[in-house]
Amino acid sequence: MSTALVTKKRTPVRPARVLLHAFLVVTALAWLAPLLWAVFAALRPYAETSDKGYVSWPDKLSLDNFTNAFQQSDMLHYFGNTLIIAVPAVLLTLLLASMVAFYVSRFDFRLNIALLLVFTAGNLLPQQVIITPLYRLYLLVDLPGVTMSGKLYDSALGLVLIHVAFQSGFCAFVLSNYMRMLPHELTEAALVDGASVWRMYWQIVLPLCKPAMAALGTLLSIWIYNDFFWAIVLISTGENMPITSALNNLSGQYFTDPNLVAAGALLTAIPTLTVYFVLQRQFVSGLTLGANKG
Amino acid sequence: MTTDTSPKSPEAAAVPPPPPAPAGGRTPRGPRRLLTRRDRITLAFMAGVPTILHVALVWLTALASIALAFTNWDGIGFDSIKWVGLDNFRQLFTDNPQFWPAVQHNVVWFVVLILIPTPFGLFLAVQLDKRIRFSRVYQTAFFLPVVMSLAVTGFVWQLVYNPDTGLINSVIGANTPGHYIDWIGDPDLNLWAVLVAASWRHAGYMMILYLAGLKGVDPSLREASALDGANEWQTFKNVVFPTLRPTNTVVLVVTIIEALRAFDLVFVFNKGAQGTELLSILITNNIIGESSRIGYGSAIAVVLLVISLAVIIPYLIATFRKERRA
Repeated sequence: MSTALVTKKRTPVRPARVLLHAFLVVTALAWLAPLLWAVFAALRPYAETSDKGYVSWPDKLSLDNFTNAFQQSDMLHYFGNTLIIAVPAVLLTLLLASMVAFYVSRFDFRLNIALLLVFTAGNLLPQQVIITPLYRLYLLVDLPGVTMSGKLYDSALGLVLIHVAFQSGFCAFVLSNYMRMLPHELTEAALVDGASVWRMYWQIVLPLCKPAMAALGTLLSIWIYNDFFWAIVLISTGENMPITSALNNLSGQYFTDPNLVAAGALLTAIPTLTVYFVLQRQFVSGLTLGANKG
Repeated sequence: MTTDTSPKSPEAAAVPPPPPAPAGGRTPRGPRRLLTRRDRITLAFMAGVPTILHVALVWLTALASIALAFTNWDGIGFDSIKWVGLDNFRQLFTDNPQFWPAVQHNVVWFVVLILIPTPFGLFLAVQLDKRIRFSRVYQTAFFLPVVMSLAVTGFVWQLVYNPDTGLINSVIGANTPGHYIDWIGDPDLNLWAVLVAASWRHAGYMMILYLAGLKGVDPSLREASALDGANEWQTFKNVVFPTLRPTNTVVLVVTIIEALRAFDLVFVFNKGAQGTELLSILITNNIIGESSRIGYGSAIAVVLLVISLAVIIPYLIATFRKERRA
């Protein structure tokens, strides 16, 4: 990510540069247009837009649609559902992936290659390839008392498991490459001193992987939050849906007009955008770390 | 397996120096002899638990898809599974009116993404790589669509395409009787409408990948090229672009996978009805739709699996060879 806001050598103003900036400004605005349109629609009362049409000068801009969308549909509840899924899924993925990575990068290099192949290939598969048996499996697994539905199907646990399984391969791979770059003396000295393997992992290697973990954590949070497919297929009760599939469920039910739909969609996007703005660098470095992955 | 972008930052240089080769086949390396029994058990757990979870939920289900594709099953009880050989495939290829359109749309999806937003993303990356002011701001604008959930993207674009209240029809006055354009319902239009939304997202994604790739281009190469009197386009064509080869490979694979995975946008848009059928949608409709034909759905999944593996395996083999040489 270049922070070319302040360059050391300010280039003199050239017509070509001015043209380039003009082009970029116009294109960037065109890119933001659909979002700005959604914001504009969400800020206007439905009565006014249906009366004057959507392309018209607004008489009144208000946040009413946002508050209505949020309260009527009980959006907070669905954000909560997403949180219950995403937080454990991200933490578990990082934990499991870093454990595998630790093992293959420190103890067994031959496995590293097998891991690469199995995990990465699994991670690149379209989800729809495995959904039919997975769906059946989730219906078969009885968990009386463990989940609300009594099955893996239609439960937060089920979504957490598939997220962890699907994403841990990719993270394990990235982390194992990262760990291989740490000097070997670090862990070997600890071994000679009689530190246990777990201590080596937990107190020596893991703290050194913070940058990679932060990047992957950011990426995972956004991916899992944004997930729509698993949530649509593996959750059937509206009450249990995370925010993305709930949005699909609510539109038409609570979000009765385009202005409310716009507000609901924008509200759904806010957490991701916030995470992105706060952790931009981590997100982008994570994405380029994982450039080899869909 | 990452394209080696900038060796200066440890995060991007994912191809590390080769580890000391394990001494011989099965004999543990020096320090491994120091492991206590407890350590060995710990290690077995550390490697085993995640691997079992991944293999069970991803690979065994993929294998189950293949097995079920040759059966007929309504999902009620295991004793109702019937072996039907190639019947599902025969039906799929010959008398499913949605199958070939879906294959065609998946192909179109890929072709459009690789021909339009991908080069555009590269173009943006090249422009933004020039140390210009506000580069960060521009990048963010192009990148926002990548961060948003595809489901949200689908809703946002519905507001643009809505035949009655949408931006396009309101601006061009196509929402009055007689001038009506139905961007979502018209089977000749809706695939292209969805593809505009998909491209909107894809361009930013490609821009980021190319920006990372461009960082790895040695500046002295460009200087040498400029000294030789090459203009900007010549430098890009003859010097910069050839060094982007690893990035191009990644971009190609990512784009193919994106085209095979395409689902969310279409589902939100019109559930993959007339005109926007995709393989992923057909499979899903077989589960959450009214017909629960498991064998049939699995047969479509096998088609998707075969196409995916035809891309994934050569790519991984190539990457893996590079790793060994590294």
